[in-house]
Amino acid sequence: MTVAVFFGCTFIAFGPAIALFLFTIAREPLRVIFLIAGAFFWLVSLLLSSLVWFISVQETFRFAYYKLLKKANEGLLTLSQEETMPISIRQLAYVSGLGFGFMSGAFSVVNILADSVGPGTIGIHGDSQHYFLSSAFMTMAIILLHMFWGVVFFDACEKQQWWAVATVVISHLVVSCLRTCFYCCLHVLSKCRTEPSDFTRCRINRLGLYHDFDRNKHIFTFLH
Amino acid sequence: MAMIVSDSEDDAYTERTALVQSENPAVPSYQPDSASAQRSSGRGSGDPAGGASDADDDELTLKYGAKHVIMLFIPVTLCMLVVVATIKSVDFYSEKTDQQLIYTPFTENTSSVGRRLLNSVLNTVIMISVIVVMTVFLVFLYKYRCYKFIHGWLILSSFMLLFWFSFMYLSEVFKTYNVAIDYPTAGMLIWNFGAVGMACVHWKGPLPLQQAYLIAISALMALVFIKYLPEWSAWVILGAISVYDLVAVLSPKGPLRVLVETAQERNEPIFPALIYSSAMAWTLGMASPADSEPESRTDEEEAEPSGEGAAAERRHSLERDEQEERGVKLGLGDFIFYSVLVGKASASGGDWNTTIACFVAILIGLCMTLLLLAIFKKALPALPISITFGLIFYFSTDFLVQPFMDRLSAHQFYI
Repeated sequence: MTVAVFFGCTFIAFGPAIALFLFTIAREPLRVIFLIAGAFFWLVSLLLSSLVWFISVQETFRFAYYKLLKKANEGLLTLSQEETMPISIRQLAYVSGLGFGFMSGAFSVVNILADSVGPGTIGIHGDSQHYFLSSAFMTMAIILLHMFWGVVFFDACEKQQWWAVATVVISHLVVSCLRTCFYCCLHVLSKCRTEPSDFTRCRINRLGLYHDFDRNKHIFTFLH
Repeated sequence: MAMIVSDSEDDAYTERTALVQSENPAVPSYQPDSASAQRSSGRGSGDPAGGASDADDDELTLKYGAKHVIMLFIPVTLCMLVVVATIKSVDFYSEKTDQQLIYTPFTENTSSVGRRLLNSVLNTVIMISVIVVMTVFLVFLYKYRCYKFIHGWLILSSFMLLFWFSFMYLSEVFKTYNVAIDYPTAGMLIWNFGAVGMACVHWKGPLPLQQAYLIAISALMALVFIKYLPEWSAWVILGAISVYDLVAVLSPKGPLRVLVETAQERNEPIFPALIYSSAMAWTLGMASPADSEPESRTDEEEAEPSGEGAAAERRHSLERDEQEERGVKLGLGDFIFYSVLVGKASASGGDWNTTIACFVAILIGLCMTLLLLAIFKKALPALPISITFGLIFYFSTDFLVQPFMDRLSAHQFYI
């Protein structure tokens, strides 16, 4: 658990997405804005789904974002005198899917990455050594999947092919279940301390370890 | 140890919360038609094609609106990054302290929740009234042309920020990383940093360097706030100051609106030490990409000599203005309070999700504010929308999403 692991896992998880961003999106201000708007929509969907917990909320928000973008596009078209719109619906689909992916990936992996910089040993009680690496690869897969789902979803909505929309939703559910099964097989559930005290914050590490972060003294202790 | 008495650090943030579309300084007033005519300077054949120039106007807005948004996203992101990086690595700025600013005298170490809430509200009231008084005083001075006093005040405050606060910052960074450095070297570093900063901000300097120094000043100020404002007071102050910003910029007698209007009437730019400008300045003879396009269209459309003459004349007048600024200006107070929000979010959890959520929320709020700016074309408050989104996402992520994620992890289910 060193800085090397941190950088390695960061680049594994976010490498393709950052490359896509730098080469295709960073130069166009309009695309950057839509990317951040997509990320924002994912965030709102997460907020609402923590109240009403389900993956369908995420997909509903993707649909809502699609509707919003359609309206905005029509607005742009009527306002501008040119024949071509500044940004096409396909580019919007790609950019918004990537935005969704970035936020989703960030939320699932950033805490793990932050922990990986600090001291400690993983798998000390016989669990898998590859926790960080596998999380990083999972995150990369999820980011790219969100981008592909975005493109397929918007295209399907354009062409009114509802079977394709259903495919996106079902594949999202399937992927989440697969992740669950994967982690279930790999790890051991541990006891959970559900009441954080004033000085420590317990977080269930997905490996089934849990660690205390003593804010006053800044020590990490790995307990089981 | 005594409380910090910071008299002149006040002005660093009081008047700096406004978002202004920076026009050609020769804008007489901000009536919509003259403003749009100025922005599309050198283009359009005048009154008969008024309708067409309006439509062209909108298209130009949309085309270049996105660019301006990104020109503001980048400095805001940089400032927030600096603040978050400092908070996460240097413990000094996030450790609990009993020292408080003189503006927030009520302590929050009370036993009952109600008492604590009351204290934080009282702190906010005091802080906001200090800010209001300072703003009104500054506008008063500006209206009665006491420029020397204002300049002296601003110079003193940026002097303190660039020298004293940056020295404090540097020493804390060295302490954290256990770097031994001697006083002469440190003195030379701080002297160079500060002197170049003073020159860039108050006099002349390359635009990117000036922007970098303004970002550094905002970050330092935000770090001071994060350290010395008690927890609950900070959140209440953030809410209250966005309400104040809304009132001060939009209401007819609001001090910030009066300031902006007076500056526009007198054709003077507002003091550079208070505002971050993302402007691209054009000098004599330089063709700007924005204007050459519409002008060539004008030349093609109007084959008559009078049309060409008018277009050529307008191009001439464009070149005659040495420095025409096109860009957006954002007050430094906005930078400071955005960074305070994100910094507090990262200091008071251990949690990166909250920080990222606040960051995205603030950026989206800024985007929407800029959209409104493009629609309304007058000075707008930049704090309310962003801070509202930021607060909503901070509290909801901390109290709803985090336990949700923990419960998901406990049941080994991932979304």
